[in-house]
Amino acid sequence: MSHIPTRDEVIEPENLVYSRTCLLTDNALSYCPGCGHGTAHRLIMEVIEEMNLQADTIGVAPVGCSVLAYDFMNIDMQQAAHGRAPAVATGIKRLHPEKFVFTYQGDGDLAAIGTGETIHVCNRGENITVFFVNNGIYGMTGGQMAPTTLPGMKTATSPFGRDVETMGHPLKITELVAQLPGTYFVSRQSVHTPANVRKAKKAIEKAIQYQKLNKGLCFVEIVSNCNSGWKMTPLESNKWMEENMFPYYPLGDIKVPK
Amino acid sequence: MKDIRLMKGNEAIAEGAIRAGCDGYFGYPITPQSEVMEYLFANKIKERTGMIVLQAESEIASIHMVYGGAACGKRVMTSSSSPGISLMQEGISFMAGTELPCLLLNVVRGGPGLGTIQPSQSDYFQTVKGGGHGDYKMIVLAPASVQEMYDFAKLGFELAFKHRIQVMVLSDGAIGQMMEKVELDEQVPRWTDAEIKAMSPWATTGKTPDRERNIITSLDLNPVKQEIININLQKKFKHIQETEVRFERIQCDDAEYLFVAYGSSARICQKAVLLGRERGIKVGLLRPITLFPYPSDELAKLAKQVKGMLSVEMSAGQMVEDVRLSVNGAVPVEHYGRLGGIMPAPDEVLNVLEQNFIKEKTYEPHTN
Repeated sequence: MSHIPTRDEVIEPENLVYSRTCLLTDNALSYCPGCGHGTAHRLIMEVIEEMNLQADTIGVAPVGCSVLAYDFMNIDMQQAAHGRAPAVATGIKRLHPEKFVFTYQGDGDLAAIGTGETIHVCNRGENITVFFVNNGIYGMTGGQMAPTTLPGMKTATSPFGRDVETMGHPLKITELVAQLPGTYFVSRQSVHTPANVRKAKKAIEKAIQYQKLNKGLCFVEIVSNCNSGWKMTPLESNKWMEENMFPYYPLGDIKVPK
Repeated sequence: MKDIRLMKGNEAIAEGAIRAGCDGYFGYPITPQSEVMEYLFANKIKERTGMIVLQAESEIASIHMVYGGAACGKRVMTSSSSPGISLMQEGISFMAGTELPCLLLNVVRGGPGLGTIQPSQSDYFQTVKGGGHGDYKMIVLAPASVQEMYDFAKLGFELAFKHRIQVMVLSDGAIGQMMEKVELDEQVPRWTDAEIKAMSPWATTGKTPDRERNIITSLDLNPVKQEIININLQKKFKHIQETEVRFERIQCDDAEYLFVAYGSSARICQKAVLLGRERGIKVGLLRPITLFPYPSDELAKLAKQVKGMLSVEMSAGQMVEDVRLSVNGAVPVEHYGRLGGIMPAPDEVLNVLEQNFIKEKTYEPHTN
């Protein structure tokens, strides 16, 4: 049987142009193949590594698909109750104003059960950074309707499509928090193409840099696919996201420092 | 020279927390305990000790702010009254699951629902038996004076960090609102970051190269591991039951009859003991100071000595269940309670004791 080259034999040091950040652990990601969470994790951890913030960072994981984010992020983390990550982060930041504190939340966590905490953490202008992954569905619990589910979109709890007359409208919470004087930088990005990944990383860098200025809350939404929940292939889901999600949740900076 | 002041119970526990080296208070206003946060703001604690106080948007947010601070190894607290404590049950359960130390205060008012703002003891079950989901207990301290409101802040933090557990001071509207003299002690310094790292190596203080990352979570999807986590929690509660029981015996040595009461009810029964002795009745009072761990062994001992026990509570009969479990049928145990914010009078409870155990019964007393 022929020799199977090891990773180290294949990747000669002189050929190595990119490697995984050391702030991601060796644990295999538990996310579905094709999902954007892995890229979002990687970008945030890359920026924290590049800014040399590992020892100063305390992250807060939510309830939802990223409930186990602390399995993948090699930093000190707290796991919050559903929707309460902004309150938990407030407690940390008020007692550790010198630390870099962030939450990583999904749409159900941030825009449904945690709406009160989200609005008030933004309104107080807590000097934390909120990363908000919006895929328009409850992924972890099996594809139920989220506050951000689009009109007509089929989910486990809107099997005939979201009827806005009886189920309410998709909530543009990012535009909402941008209205509050407590937010300093609000941006919406995606991670489904290399170009978008680069833009998203820039927004994440700003959101982390700005926290040091103590000017208020930085909020980065990442519109992402949920190929499992949407019952599509990864490529189909990315196409569907471009055609349906982006018109409702347009990408770009929503609020930038003056 | 002693530093003695006239204070409300709510102010006393706030001052006690400051002097115990508390790092942060997160709360939401609710009667009859709003003076706790008001006192902290009025006393400019940021300048005094560097302590943080923040008015949150809800009791839910308050308790999760406490979670965040406690997970950093800080001495943090919140306070509320019954309806607000109900809202906090989620966070308390999460803190139980993550074994985070904190100080909590419930200045109990009558319920259910909005109920009343008058004092009550109807949150005993919620507090002592685990108000949130899952198998857990808190250490519960029951102050019966303004001095104890003050003292239990420091004691509460000590116990919380000694056992990595939540400590609830279960007070009531009377103890919170009444004024008495309080003897204050020296300021305990707030912990430095280095001290926190040394004494709470589990705390999220930022991952440094010398250690693995710290994770505060109550989640483990593996049921085998989750059972072990639960078994270890139960071991801790058992250890606390064996080592941290506190109670006060008042005229118990020669007692033939016994009041069992905590908090405001204990103050009332203390007076009833004096009245009873004037009437020639050898009556004593066992006042549990810790409601968990409960002084079951002491009650079991007293059950061999007395002819009857009357559990007096401002509830429909909650603690009486623990009294009955403690004596296990060895002696008759009755309950007397007033509800909805009414406090019983000393002669009222003494009459009930007499009618239950001494006189011929002329009417059916309140029993549960």
